[in-house]
Amino acid sequence: MNLAVIFQAIINGISIGFVYSIVALGLTLIWGTMRIINFAHGDFLMMGMYATFWIFMLIKIDPLLSCLLIVMPVSFGAGLLYYRVILKHILKREVITQILATFGVGIILQSIAMFFWKPDYRIIRGNILSGTFRFVGISIGIPQFVTSIICIIAMLALFYFLNRTKTGLAIRATTLNKEAAALVGINIENIYYLVVGIGISLVGLAGNLLTNYYYVFPNVGMSFALFAYVIIVLGGLGSVKGALAGGLILGIVTSLTGAFLNPAFKYIAVFLVYLMVVVIKPEGLGGR
Amino acid sequence: MHFSNFQNNKTMKKFILFLIVILIIIFPTIITQPYILHIMIMVFIYAILGGAWNILSGYAGQVSLGNAMFFGLGAYASSVLWLFYNINPWIGMIIGGLFAVAFGIFLGMPVFRLRRQYLAIATIAASQIIMTIFLNWEYVKGASGLALPLMPNSLKHMTFLYGKNGFYFISLAILIFFTFVVFVITKTKLGYYFRTIKEEEDSARSIGINTTQYKLVAISITAFFSAIAGTVYAQYFLYIDPNMVFSLRVSFLIVLISAFGGTATIFGPILGACVLIPINEMARMFFGGAGRGIDLFSFGILILVVAIYRPAGLVSLFYGKEKLAIRENLPGKDGKVDGENENIES
Repeated sequence: MNLAVIFQAIINGISIGFVYSIVALGLTLIWGTMRIINFAHGDFLMMGMYATFWIFMLIKIDPLLSCLLIVMPVSFGAGLLYYRVILKHILKREVITQILATFGVGIILQSIAMFFWKPDYRIIRGNILSGTFRFVGISIGIPQFVTSIICIIAMLALFYFLNRTKTGLAIRATTLNKEAAALVGINIENIYYLVVGIGISLVGLAGNLLTNYYYVFPNVGMSFALFAYVIIVLGGLGSVKGALAGGLILGIVTSLTGAFLNPAFKYIAVFLVYLMVVVIKPEGLGGR
Repeated sequence: MHFSNFQNNKTMKKFILFLIVILIIIFPTIITQPYILHIMIMVFIYAILGGAWNILSGYAGQVSLGNAMFFGLGAYASSVLWLFYNINPWIGMIIGGLFAVAFGIFLGMPVFRLRRQYLAIATIAASQIIMTIFLNWEYVKGASGLALPLMPNSLKHMTFLYGKNGFYFISLAILIFFTFVVFVITKTKLGYYFRTIKEEEDSARSIGINTTQYKLVAISITAFFSAIAGTVYAQYFLYIDPNMVFSLRVSFLIVLISAFGGTATIFGPILGACVLIPINEMARMFFGGAGRGIDLFSFGILILVVAIYRPAGLVSLFYGKEKLAIRENLPGKDGKVDGENENIES
């Protein structure tokens, strides 16, 4: 097989891997602090994509602009609402209740998309980010390239926030030990609001960036969410660096499977990675 | 008073149950509209599916969100055997069931090491993979699906082209047999093992219960009966494609039926199917393709309401106060959250 094809596949894998990482970051933050796996995560991604799509189609605001101005703040608000209406009530319930409730939210979001926008595949045309450029024989899509850069910036910002600011440190303290954090005067409730808000706005960001070059349809969240679950297991639960590494690994794996076998088989490759990790190293690659 | 209130209640319940069974058996002679009978057949099939899910996820607490895979494997196994190898569907039903059991054990061996949320993810992923394989597999005609041969009406070939009575009684018989199996399980040691694994897995292990082995037993029962329901489904429609049997929608519906009716109860899934399947079929009839999503929406709302406000399910409406208190006071409410001692690193 041609070496250029392999490189091309790896580059493509890295660019989609950044998006996977951003989706997984939101999930891993929520899991880390609240011990709930958000089974509606992919559907929030889908909603972010539809929001970006319709903002572009109806009021002609480019995805690049609507990202910080509209989509991220709105998804932050949606996150707060999500916590207030659903997550708050299931925090200390049985695992099956948590799975069913978050799942139920996902189904509702999907059915809303299905009802209003039909199961059609839609894609944006004429946005700012389009076209490709060539770099040492490898063609790189401009939207993918810019998306990767924005993802890196977002991750650095989150890393800075979690490690250098007081609020960020409070979040990490809550992640490590709820009771002790409450004892030193951290308002756990507010931390939960903040974390769900940040988690959902990250997913909104990922949806917004994806819309630049990816199809939008009601079930689009499914595959991204599945990959995000695999990533957070791969990278170690609650780990930011792990989410980045896991996202890139998964991006490359799916892209290589697509290039050499059949794009339809990427689920199988991902599931095999998942099984390998949970069997060999259940605490994840970043775990102790 | 010689009879205590409790005993009286029990005889009464048995009598009512007996009446209901008689009523269901003579039902097709009273009501002959094919559409109503069709809904009843779907209720029976989904009650089996929901009940099968209930064994693994309700009693043993290993939440599966991909149970459609067993259903689909059963449907495909018997159909392929019937179509390509001329093996009678009744035998195909058993072979399909055993095949699903083998697959369940193959899947369960690695994934049963996982705690609940991870297990749920693994089952979604597995069902998606199976669906992808069947969609791309030339041998089973990929997405265009398999059409089963038309045979003259006969019980031997599990084919009833005219009238619904044949499948009404076949699916009812399987449901009754399955309910009996579940009843036996709940009364024997096996049922207690399952419940122990659900409530206190670590304690179960510490007193010497081989938890993985009993989880494999649970998934085998689940897989076998789901696959049998799959065969009946395929024979009933005489056509299957991957989207009909493997889609996440089917998996959701299975979970919802059991969760809505009441997990870890014998009659919960049956009750859930009796309420939800008619809604599902009616929504399909009234809204068709145009109003896609309305049925999903109502399912989502129902899941939420049940999960948050009535975790014990619809069947708990028939409970007395004491039993309800026992069932609602499930572990997790005392502030203990699963996986509290996981490694965390930021």
